[in-house]
Amino acid sequence: MLRRFVRFLDERSGSAPFARKSLRYLFPDHWSFLLGEVALYAFIILVATGVYLTLFFHPSTATTTYHGSYAPLRGMQMTEAYKSVVDISFDVKAGLLIRQTHHWAADVFVAAIVLHLLRIFFTGAFRKPRELTFVIGVVMLMLALPEGYLGYSLADDLLSGMGLAIGYAVALSLPLVGANFALLLWGAPFPGDPSFWSRMYIAHVLILPLMIGGLLALHLALVASRHHTQFRPTRRQSEHSVVGAPTFPGQAPRSLSLFFAVAASLFLLGGLVQINPIWLWGPYHVGSSTNGAQPDWYLGWLIGALRLVPNFDVVIGSRTLVPNPFWGGALFPMVVFAAILAWPWLERRVTRDRRPHNVLDRPRDAPWRTAIGAAFLTWVFLIFFAGSADRIYVFLGISYVGQIWAYRVLVFVLPLAVLLITRRVCLALQRAERIEAEQHEAEQEAEAEAMAARG
Amino acid sequence: MRFLRRALMSLLRLFLRAVAIVVALTHTARPARRERIVEEGEPSPRAELAVILLLFAVAAFAVMFIVIYAADWKHQTQLLALALGGAFALLATALLIVSKRLVVDEELEEDYPKTGDPAEQDRVIQIVEESGSRFTRKRFLKGAAGAAGVALGAALAVPAVSLGPVLDTQSLYYSPWRRGKRLVDEEGRPYRVDDISHETFYTAYPENVGHEELAAPVVVVRISPSHLDLPPGRGDWAPKGILAYSKICTHAACAISLYRKPLFAPTSPSPALVCPCHYSTFDPAAGGTVVFGPAGRDLPQLPLSIDDAGHLRAAGDFSGPVGPSFWGVRSGSPT
Repeated sequence: MLRRFVRFLDERSGSAPFARKSLRYLFPDHWSFLLGEVALYAFIILVATGVYLTLFFHPSTATTTYHGSYAPLRGMQMTEAYKSVVDISFDVKAGLLIRQTHHWAADVFVAAIVLHLLRIFFTGAFRKPRELTFVIGVVMLMLALPEGYLGYSLADDLLSGMGLAIGYAVALSLPLVGANFALLLWGAPFPGDPSFWSRMYIAHVLILPLMIGGLLALHLALVASRHHTQFRPTRRQSEHSVVGAPTFPGQAPRSLSLFFAVAASLFLLGGLVQINPIWLWGPYHVGSSTNGAQPDWYLGWLIGALRLVPNFDVVIGSRTLVPNPFWGGALFPMVVFAAILAWPWLERRVTRDRRPHNVLDRPRDAPWRTAIGAAFLTWVFLIFFAGSADRIYVFLGISYVGQIWAYRVLVFVLPLAVLLITRRVCLALQRAERIEAEQHEAEQEAEAEAMAARG
Repeated sequence: MRFLRRALMSLLRLFLRAVAIVVALTHTARPARRERIVEEGEPSPRAELAVILLLFAVAAFAVMFIVIYAADWKHQTQLLALALGGAFALLATALLIVSKRLVVDEELEEDYPKTGDPAEQDRVIQIVEESGSRFTRKRFLKGAAGAAGVALGAALAVPAVSLGPVLDTQSLYYSPWRRGKRLVDEEGRPYRVDDISHETFYTAYPENVGHEELAAPVVVVRISPSHLDLPPGRGDWAPKGILAYSKICTHAACAISLYRKPLFAPTSPSPALVCPCHYSTFDPAAGGTVVFGPAGRDLPQLPLSIDDAGHLRAAGDFSGPVGPSFWGVRSGSPT
């Protein structure tokens, strides 16, 4: 049976050598290598649940009156888009499960990408010959953010409308071209032309997923072509020789097990842990908003940045050169991503290290990289936390204005402190290791001498 | 006891080995054994049994999912999640056991691929370079190809202009407010002076105009005239201390839905309108000036008047364009 299948396929595609190689491709083992796989599996769940949702969602802003089974909204005016999402939640069997799983999967997808990126960065896995793989990975993250943003914006509930308003203001704030750019995207001043919903929809369900999927394939192909990197716990592992378990039979059940574990977690979250209950937020109207509004976690850094900037527009004569939201909403993420994308080349230039690297650094092995990475991370995460200062005020009663001023100072001071401390810690760890090695050596020598004396 | 059991076990093992040898000898007709690619491993019947049981359990959970889907029980979403999530979790466990106990633990070694092949690179370059031997006017050709590429690219990009108005930002200055427009609530009922109390704020829209325009919604508050400190020229914009401002924050277009009033006097210096998105804070007593938060422009004020029937009416248009800032927002007119 198996023989017939393999022969049939190979005689018509010549794929047997490729299949053999793929089955025996080697995976070095370390738990942190699984983070990228979690992202991949979350993406698969996203596509599957997303396709299901498209079967019921209406991307339309035409107004309608609600008569569905959720009593508090009955008789209320709302858009077709919002109504269809409420219907998916209450009147489509398994609809709420799939919708919430889709939302959770998006949050997990971006989280896994970010953790994967941190692993890649702090172990130096981005170095030659893997810079392209790195860049493609970062670009996928850059696409995943607007993909998620569009996803929760499509529901047209109160929170998504507020998010879109902010997006519109950031688009308007681009120097010189902002007004034209925003009108081009929205088709008309906010809340925009009705066709804006078709544009968001096709971007969310086709254009961005297709780009992410295409880059994903390229990313994996590049990983396989250069083989996995590895830590070096054994002598056999070296820059020239990779040691690991083969795809089949070693890695396949492990990886599949991870896939089903991710699927299990996402469906359990989707059914048991409520997320984005849009029927509680109500439909969006230009004149309404709510306190305590927070975006999905992966946009928290942008809301923090928007809140931290002091109150000024850059004005020359009667022209507003730089409207305020530009700094936090556009320039900040551009700087962050530019810095990440440029890092492999910056590091190459400074270290003058142009050799290929297949063996990973431990963070302590590269104190400057680790220190700069930790400082950068501190900077971004401080700004992220600044986005929840209003919640801290509500829960702990710490003055909002006071917190904002503290953050405005901390974003400059704390990264510097983290930079210096991290570097010291790395060096100390290295030293401790050296001492331990010397001790070990001396002990062995002493033992050998003692043996010799006895003999 | 224990000794006896051990003896029995070793006897059994001896017997099995003997059987194995006999079987091997009687099957010598078979072709010589191939060299293995995947190492041979010890069977692990207990793990295998566990996997089999788990797979049956997966099937049971999957059937449960179908049953729950068909039945209309309470908490269907939660039950569906438990059934499907449970099935996936069991499958993950089964595969984990397969990978830990039933699959041979191979640790193989392989060379990393070479980082680049200079000879192949040279050949690629050579092929490209030699292929152009029949071209003689390469620079001219490059220019022509460049022109074709740029022009065609521009031509293909131009239809994107249909997405929206280009170089016409007139619509950003639109406002439905005119002198004499009545202020109405969400249901269209006109506001009267007596409706407006001191300690709260109201959302108003222009009468007979759609509500889904940025410039439509205004916030109305009432402050004692003696506490007002309006900019010059706005002395008569707040009859009886009633003020109206655009409800759309000049920072990021969210609706301003927080009013810092009544006050806890020792810590809050003045009543304020606050946007919940990024906490831009505006002083309604001083003409909507920014007190805190990221907004870079004051809140546009709508001049009010009171008609003979006691209804609130606009006494003109806003003091400036509504909504977030852009290139021409301060020039007062489209570019």
